[in-house]
Amino acid sequence: MKALYSELEWLPRAPEDFSARLKALAAAPARAGREFQSLAQHALDLNQLTKLAKALSKMRAEGESLEPLTPFRLAVLSNSTIDMLVPALVASAARHGIALEVIQPSYDQVAQEALTADSKVNNSKPDAVLFALDYRALPLRISLGDREAAAAGVEGAIGYLEALGNGIKAGSNAVCIFQTFAPPVETLFGSLDRALPGTLRNLIGGINRALAESLIGSGDVLLDVATLAETVGLAEWHNTALWNMGKFSFSDEFIPLYGDHVARTVAALRGKSRKALILDLDNTVWGGVIGDDGLEGIQIAQGDARGEAHLAVQRMALDLRQRGIVLAVSSKNTDEVAREPFEKHPEMLLKLDHIAVFQANWNDKATNIQAIAEELSLGLDAMVFLDDSPVERGLVRKLLPQVAVPELPEEPAYYARTLAAAGYFEATAFATEDLKRAGFYQDNAKRASLQKQVGGVDAYLASLDMTITFQPFGATGRARIVQLINKSNQYNLTTRRYTDPEIAAAELDPEVLTLQVRLSDIFGDNGMISVIICRPGDAGVWEIDTWLMSCRVLGRKVEHMVLREILDHARVAGVHKLAGIYCPTDRNKLVVDHYARLGFAKVSEEESGLTRWELAVARAAPDSAPMRVVSQGFTASRESTIA
Amino acid sequence: MDEHEIYERLTKIFEDVFDEDSIKITPDLTAKDVDGWDSLTHIRLMLTVEKAFKIKFSAAEIGKLENVGDLVKLIKARA
Repeated sequence: MKALYSELEWLPRAPEDFSARLKALAAAPARAGREFQSLAQHALDLNQLTKLAKALSKMRAEGESLEPLTPFRLAVLSNSTIDMLVPALVASAARHGIALEVIQPSYDQVAQEALTADSKVNNSKPDAVLFALDYRALPLRISLGDREAAAAGVEGAIGYLEALGNGIKAGSNAVCIFQTFAPPVETLFGSLDRALPGTLRNLIGGINRALAESLIGSGDVLLDVATLAETVGLAEWHNTALWNMGKFSFSDEFIPLYGDHVARTVAALRGKSRKALILDLDNTVWGGVIGDDGLEGIQIAQGDARGEAHLAVQRMALDLRQRGIVLAVSSKNTDEVAREPFEKHPEMLLKLDHIAVFQANWNDKATNIQAIAEELSLGLDAMVFLDDSPVERGLVRKLLPQVAVPELPEEPAYYARTLAAAGYFEATAFATEDLKRAGFYQDNAKRASLQKQVGGVDAYLASLDMTITFQPFGATGRARIVQLINKSNQYNLTTRRYTDPEIAAAELDPEVLTLQVRLSDIFGDNGMISVIICRPGDAGVWEIDTWLMSCRVLGRKVEHMVLREILDHARVAGVHKLAGIYCPTDRNKLVVDHYARLGFAKVSEEESGLTRWELAVARAAPDSAPMRVVSQGFTASRESTIA
Repeated sequence: MDEHEIYERLTKIFEDVFDEDSIKITPDLTAKDVDGWDSLTHIRLMLTVEKAFKIKFSAAEIGKLENVGDLVKLIKARA
């Protein structure tokens, strides 16, 4: 699988007339920028990258415009020979829509260039500075078994990198791109090297972690070379013969890959990462052809090799969507036939809800993709199109060259990996708003139609299409249960805090009723939103020890639904009375009338404001809201729908 | 592999590495005779030859090469 990365297998092979097309550009410089990008969108080897970079740099030197490529000035500081890398960076950048100009100071002048205000690099006012350093650049000293010295070593290295960054900040205020360090393969003890403080592997691991953490939210950027090297294999990455011969810090085999990764990072800094993934269906999202094989015939099940391969594509699409990437479908199918698996196949991870635009028809895919781009108000250069068919890929590449179309291998098991390897969605930062972005497109459409429909509150609640799920406490939800118990203040009747072992004990106690409650609605899954603990009191009485709820779901009558659930369990357990307490704090005024609203009778009130309440199970008549109720994991699982 | 075939393939490789299709590959051709044949391009040339013929040279072997004829002999011995 190394070839996927070293040969950039997601890109089509270079055309036969690659060199001829480059040469022809000299005569027609007007469309050079577009043609450079188009030629760069092939899997170019080191010589081809070098040729393309040479032609591009020549054209820039002659004052020709490289539009629509975006200009970017990148200074590269390195402790190794980068002369062979630089052309690869320039050509790979063209692939990603960037006209890259590289500022390259003399060999191994990292500190001098970074720290001197009027150095070549700082004077050149670069947009970014890439510290292309490998572990040999670090001031590292092995200190076997000496934890303090090892920590000091890590600190020293990070301090050195920070000083370099500060030098650039002061000198030219460029964005700094720092690389993690690929550890050498040679170990001293063996496996112990990772664990023992002060070995080279241990030190580099510590530095990589500390570096990554220091860069989050800093405005500077990480290029994770360590992971890149591990992905292709450290033994392949480190080529000691090449280092000895010319101080090349990694094997020439991976120069195209490295160049592409630098280019994606630069492109991401310029907002050129892709934003939407358009999926073909037959033999891409599932195995087989829905129109021929039917719902029972397509392969999408767990336990079936082919099916799992396509499930992995779905899972990746879903994960990307969660990250903020918009999903769309383009399929040659009759619309209702194409929708059927999404609606009816139990193994499908992707649902219609996840798809912002669904284009299933008999038009050509280029037309469909254009329609999708228009509907989403996104440019074609924000689109990635995933299709198993070489014919469709070729057509879309030809008609819509701005759309990224990865080549796919014969074996569907590698579809997801190939898509990920292409790095179309590279991001240099992550904001929590990104989480919501993919839903934004669909939600806007949905809210608009909701506003039209909504009459009264109940009609609104009905339109939310809610599902409430009740489960007893269990290992899977426990971390969240403990978190809610220890941080909920407002909608919390008793504010009793419990530790993880205490919650685990409650889980196992057959006398205790525990409920974890989840709510999903048309806008998505709200996750766990309520936690209940009822403990046995006097004979036939449950004392409600804990009742808390997330304020996000206020006004949905969730508390009424919870009471109904408690009552159901009470009846099964032969409990005839529920006893509730409200313990006032300075944060939980919100629930002072909680029990009154639910039909409990007040039995006492203390000076502190603490009130006690009772409800006779037989006489209780709680309100309800329209939603689907799922009760699972108890002796008897139930499902019902309240209209 | 006979010498003729090696020269033919080397011609393509030289075109590729030097971005120049007028270089005539002869046994006594040396770096001095070709524009842009510096130490760095030399390494790129060697790497390309290694890849094309699926062979590996040692640093010592590369250091001893005097001209294209030496290179062809080395390839012939390996490939």
